[in-house]
Parts: sequence; structure tokens; C-alpha cells
Amino acid sequence: MLRFIFTRVSLLIPTFIGITLMVFLLIRLIPGDPIETLAGERGIDPARHAQLRAAYGFDKPVIVQYGLYIGRVLQGDLGKSVITHEPVISEFASLFPATIELGLCAVIFAVGLGLPAGIVAAVRRNSIFDHGIMGVSLAGYSMPIFWWGLLLILLFSVQLGITPVSGRIAVQYFIEPTTGFLLVDTLLSDEKGAFASALSHLALPTIVLGTVPLAVIARMTRSAMLEVLGEDYIRTARAKGLSPLRVISLHALRNALIPVVTVIGLQVGVLFTGAILTETIFSWPGVGKWLIEAINRRDYPVLQGGALLIGTLVMTVNIIVDLLYGLINPRIRHARPGGGGR
Amino acid sequence: MAAVQTTGSQMKIRFDRLAAATALALALTASVNAKTLVYCSEGSPENFYPAINTTGTSFDANSQVYSRLVDFERGTTNVVPGLAERWEISPDGLVYTFHLRKGVKWHNHRANYKPTRDFNADDIIFSIERQWKPENPYFKVTSENHSYFIDMGMPKLLKTVEKLDDYTVRITLNAPEAPFLSDFAMEYAGIISKEYADAMLKAGTPERVDQDPVGTGPFYLLQYVKDSVVRYKAFPQYWGGKAKIDDLIFSITPDASVRWAKLQKGECHVMPYPNPADLPAMRKDPNVTVLEQPGLNVGYLAYNTQKKPFDDKRVRQALNMGINKKAIVDAVFLGSGVPATNPIPPTIWSYNGDIKDYPYDVDAAKKMLAAAGYPNGFETDLWAMPVQRPYNPNARRIAELMQADLAKLGVKANIVSYEWGEYRKRAQQGEHQTAQLGWTGDNGDPDNFLQVLLGCEASKPGGSNIAKWCNKDFEALTLEAKRVSDQAKRTELYKKAQVIFHEEAPWFVVAHSVQYKPVRKEVVDFKLSPFGRHTFYGVDMK
Repeated sequence: MLRFIFTRVSLLIPTFIGITLMVFLLIRLIPGDPIETLAGERGIDPARHAQLRAAYGFDKPVIVQYGLYIGRVLQGDLGKSVITHEPVISEFASLFPATIELGLCAVIFAVGLGLPAGIVAAVRRNSIFDHGIMGVSLAGYSMPIFWWGLLLILLFSVQLGITPVSGRIAVQYFIEPTTGFLLVDTLLSDEKGAFASALSHLALPTIVLGTVPLAVIARMTRSAMLEVLGEDYIRTARAKGLSPLRVISLHALRNALIPVVTVIGLQVGVLFTGAILTETIFSWPGVGKWLIEAINRRDYPVLQGGALLIGTLVMTVNIIVDLLYGLINPRIRHARPGGGGR
Repeated sequence: MAAVQTTGSQMKIRFDRLAAATALALALTASVNAKTLVYCSEGSPENFYPAINTTGTSFDANSQVYSRLVDFERGTTNVVPGLAERWEISPDGLVYTFHLRKGVKWHNHRANYKPTRDFNADDIIFSIERQWKPENPYFKVTSENHSYFIDMGMPKLLKTVEKLDDYTVRITLNAPEAPFLSDFAMEYAGIISKEYADAMLKAGTPERVDQDPVGTGPFYLLQYVKDSVVRYKAFPQYWGGKAKIDDLIFSITPDASVRWAKLQKGECHVMPYPNPADLPAMRKDPNVTVLEQPGLNVGYLAYNTQKKPFDDKRVRQALNMGINKKAIVDAVFLGSGVPATNPIPPTIWSYNGDIKDYPYDVDAAKKMLAAAGYPNGFETDLWAMPVQRPYNPNARRIAELMQADLAKLGVKANIVSYEWGEYRKRAQQGEHQTAQLGWTGDNGDPDNFLQVLLGCEASKPGGSNIAKWCNKDFEALTLEAKRVSDQAKRTELYKKAQVIFHEEAPWFVVAHSVQYKPVRKEVVDFKLSPFGRHTFYGVDMK
């Protein structure tokens, strides 16, 4: 197991170099720089432009800039935003809990509904449940996030008045961020109704962000379950006289979970992509919206730092998923390279 | 006697308790009845140091907190007293003597700093020198890029800034500059406390000054959560009198459709930048009033007058007659723009209303082209910005309509576009033959349009005069208007300059976009700012 963990973790180093180098080079390939973007219609005097580029270190060769950047990153310094002049790490730290809170709720929503829905669809194959669930999940998967978000706002917030339109909490609540996770902070505060307000603000963004993963998980669970349910050992279990619930939960589901866990792990990346749009629609103060703004304004340090931190997080989640396979399927953790293991 | 005394002191205690209870009850009632205005702002401010801000969003957030030496009167471009209650200008226009307001209090809500003195001349000197003198300890704090101070020409313009006494400041200029007062009413010139800056420098945290602002403005900053909310409270000791609203909240909402949904639900009271497509529904909503005003901006197509065939004014005039302006404004601005005639918008003083725009007349345009030696037309490029701007909702679409109109004159126009930063840079270098661009005014002074966009200095490569047009008569008029401080005289000069502009036709002026502001009916006395700013002092709630 240690060897397995070591192999997986050692893969992080080339991925880390890859991410930093890609983001560093790609953002510099886009024409324009932060100083020009700030200048607006007025433009900027070439001498002052050169002076400011030098002040930010943008005048050095790209490879030198990259080397200096990596040197600082290894010391934990991700630089300062060119726009707000705040350290990237502190901006990220203040915004990231909002993204995590939303992402976690979306994962719980997607897994909590997707897994049972997939199982029911597989067990009741070709029934009205199956067709219904699969039809709805296909629709959910195909729904553009922007459109879906606005539809839900118009229906639940404007027409029915059930949920708030956007934001994380109603403006009358004055909650100082302690943990950054508003559901926790509102519980810690003594403001009545704040927790309920935070929860109601989470409802629509959770649904919007969780819809695509929900659809993917439901469909994946169904097909994995169908495959497993057709196996000989299931027939044997049934022939032994085990209850259908025991057969499904103990024998079928555990084996069907491996591809499903893979998909859930991969959904973390999807969640970050979806978070960018969801956060914009619902004015959710998370890192997705922050990165989009950084692209528009050519805020190099924010983009580099943000992509690095998020990339590291996605890699970490994927490693955890890999380790989870080992727990679910012992054949994986005992496999030797070239040993023909699965 | 002793008994009486005891009774008296008991009574006093009872009275004190009663008074305290009454005060508490009053305070509670006040907090229940507190007037809160929620403004659905479009984004997060860059920071709380206005001198390095470049966006309207940041200026909106900062202008509630800071006061300036002089101000723009609410809803106009007129300069009125701010922290300076009056001033004198020397006859040669070089020396400005400002007499400062006395008894102006600094915000005193911070736990880590309590002001010990009122605002005075030291704060003015510090706020200017911080942007001007590299040796000032705060010059590089947060950023040394004091964009507006440099763009308004201050480093060249300022000769000395002196404190004559605690409440008198003398600013001497190197050359007379009539728009100087307007320049100092802009947000970048917000006055910062020197005492606070010194205290933070001593504490080793100078950047706190720009994160936890202390100003003399009508509201103090209570909380800022990036991308979420900015909270302000009315400052009871504000020199202009306490604001009518008690709490001001900026609820940061980047999507225009969502802002509208929140306004409908009453989750916010004022919203900027509505989608033009939502305007009909907004006008029908009984709870909402849509305020509108032509913005302080202009969108145009500049002819590069240093390149053939646009060096011939007959070609430029012909094209001005050959493009159907009304059709463009109707099709692209969808009611959010008015066709433009002059390079300055009608909301600016000195606008010359007597000038009649070039008529749309294809035949006359063809004849003029033939007279200029192009009976069969010619081929040209036609640059279109890749982005939406406040003065131009869709440059690409406008270019397509222009292309179709020009084809009728035999002019083959090829549409060209670049990434936005690159586009501007190349256009300012003069690489184009014709290019669309525009401008939003900074200080409401005609000079801010006519010299910045059409002056000879700006026509050099890299300058913002992308017609690369340098006309000595126009230049003489606009430079003279910059030197005299009498507004009637300046108006006369600018009106003449606009006549020359019309005759010489360095631009096809497209439109001035109209700003719309949907406001809920419970908001009283919200005034549109010609600059597109959002200030809430003076606004009340029903």
C-alpha cells in the first residue's frame, strides 16, 4: 500500500510542473498585458508602459520569469494581484471556502440522488422508472448551466418567491467570516435566522451545479449495476436464497462502485468548471468567478496562483480516489507494474 | 438632611436608569426603523485607494468614503465646494488658493486607530504628494501606478503645493489649465488622512490605509467581502450633515438578469447596467422607475487622416454622407443610444447645437467621391473592436452595416479586428485606415474630449487621437480654451472648434449611448450622474 501511495504521489511532481508551465506560457501567449488592459481607451505612454512592466518584472525573458516564479512558489509566495494588489493566497483563502461549500453540497446532492436513482433504474430495468430516470438525467446533462440557472431563478425566486435570487446570505445578516464556511459561521453566530438564510441561498446553486454530475453518476451507476447484475456470482447469490436487498447492496453495489467512484472523482474537475458559471449567475463569491475576472484583466499572478491551487486540489482528490479503489478492490492495491493486475 | 440626600441620590439613580432605558428603547426603535438602501453593484472594487483605481466600480465604492477638495454637484458636471469651502484663482490662472473647511471629522470607527485631530492642510499635501513625489514613503505602497493623476497631466502641471496655514493651501501650476478644478473633483483626488497613514507606517502596516479606509465622506466602510458585499454606515459627523439613509449596502451581483430579478423582488433598490432587452419589462413594472440620461460618452469611426485616401477631407465628408447613421443607431443600440453630431455629448457645456449633421445622401456622397478622384470608390480596412464598450454595444455589427453602406459608394471595406488590448495599441499607433473607438468623459470638461481625442499632441504614434488629425486652427482654439478660466469665453472657443471638426470630418461620429438606471419607487431623490457614477448621499427611502 505504501508503495502504491508513493507511486501515485510521485506523479504529482511532473503534473505540478506541467500545470505551472502551461498556465504561465498560455496566459502570456494571449496578446495584451495587465498594464495595457488597465489603461483603457486612453492607452499608455510607451515609456511608462515599459517602466511598469519592469516594476512587475514582465520585461524579463519568459523562462527567467518562470524560474523566479517557481522559486517564489516553492517558498509559498504566489505573488500579488496586479489589480487589487492583495496577495493571491489570501484572496484565494477568502474565496475558496465558498466554492468548497457549494461544491460539497453539489456533490452530496449529486451522489445522494444519483446513486439511488441509478440503482433503481438498473434493478427495474426497462420499467417506467428506468426510462423516466434516464430521460430526466439526459435532459439534466444536456442543460447549459447558464440557461438552467436563470430558469430556476425565474421560477423559484421571481415567480414563486420561494428562494432568494442570488448571493450567499440575505444582506441584513452581518456575519464576520470565521471559518469562511457560511453554514458553520451562521451556526456559530447568534444571529437568528442566519443559518436558514444561508441554507436557502445554497439551494438553487447546489441544484444547478449538481445537475450534470447527478446525471453522470445516475447513468454510470445504472450501467455498472446492469453489468454486475448479469454476472454469474449474482445468480449464485440469488440461487443461495439471499434476499434481493442483500444481493444488491452487498454483492452487486460494491463491485459496481469502482467505475462510479472514478466518475465521482472526475466530477471534481467538472464541478470547478461548472462553478465558474454557477458562481457568476448566483453572485456566489467563490474562486470560479475570481479566475474569470483574472483572465479578462490579464491578472497573471491570480491566474497562475489560482490554477496552481485548484490543479493541486483536483490532483489530490484524484489520488484519494485512487486510494479508495484500493479499499474497494484489493486487486488494485496488490497489483505490480506489468503483473497483469486490473 | 442626610435622608433627603439619600432620597435625592436614589432618585438620581432611578432617573439615570430611566434615561438609559429610554435611550436604549430609542436606539432599538431607531435600529428597527433604520433606512437601508441596497445597491446591486456589478462587481468588486479593486481596493480602497481611489488614486490607483481605474474602474467605475471601484470609484463607486470609494466615493462614499472619501471627500475631495472640490466636488461635482450631484447630477451635474458643475464643480462645487468640497473640503475646500472656497478658492481664488490668480488672474494668470497659475495660482489656486484653497480655503479649507474647519471642523471636518475623520471616520472614527476603527479599533486600531482613533483620529486625534480634524482634517487640515497636511492631509491635502500628503494626498497629493503620495501620488506625485517618489520620495514620499507612501508613493509605492499598494501601487505606484497612479493612473489618473498621471493621465490628467498632474506631474507636468503641478509646480508647488504649499501649506500657508492649517486651513489654507496654495497650488501653483506650470501653465494655466482651466479644467484643473474639474480634475480635482475626480475620485482619484480623494483626500486621505496623513495622521492615519503615519500611524500605520509606524505600525509597519502601511497597506492597511488602502484596505481599511478612513475618510471624511458621508459613509464609513463597515465590511467588505470580496465578490459578495460592501457595507457602509452613515457617518453622523459628516461635514455636510448626516446622510438620510442609515445603512448602505452594495450587494455585488455581476449578472444583469440576476440584478433585475433582485430589483423586482425588492432585494435591491437601485441597479446599474440593465440588459437593453429587459427595458420594456422594467418600464411596465409598477414598483420600478427607469431613469435615463445620455451618457458622457461618444462612439465614433475615425478616419486615419495621415493615410490615403483619408488625407483628403472630401473623401471623409463623402463617407460621412454615405453611411446611414440612423439605421445603425436603431439596429444596434436598440433605443439605448442617440445619433451623435459633435465629438462631445449634448450634456457637456459648450455643445454646439447649431451644427447640422451630414445628411444621409448616397448620390451626394458619390459625387463628392468622384470629385476627390475616386469615381469607382476604393478599398479600405474597417476596424471593429472585439468587445462591448459603454459607448458601443456591438462594434462588429456596426462595421457590417457600414460595410453595406460603403459598398453602395463603390468602397470595399474589409472588417478587421484584434484582441482588445492589441486593437487599441495598434489603432493608437495609427496602423488602420478607419477604426471604431469611443470615449467616456472623466471630468465633464470639453477639453477632456477635444484635446484628449483630437489634439495634436495626442495624434503622435501611441496617442489617443486615432484619426491622427492635427489641425492648427482647431488646436489653437482648444489650447486657448484651456488657458482662460472664464467659462463663457471657453464656450465660445469650443463652439468654434466644433465647427472646424464638422467641416474637416476626421470622424464619422456614431452615437452617444444613453444610461438607464432602474430604481425602485421607494427610493427618493436618486440622481443620475453624467459620469455614470453612483453616489447615495442625499438619497432617501420612503
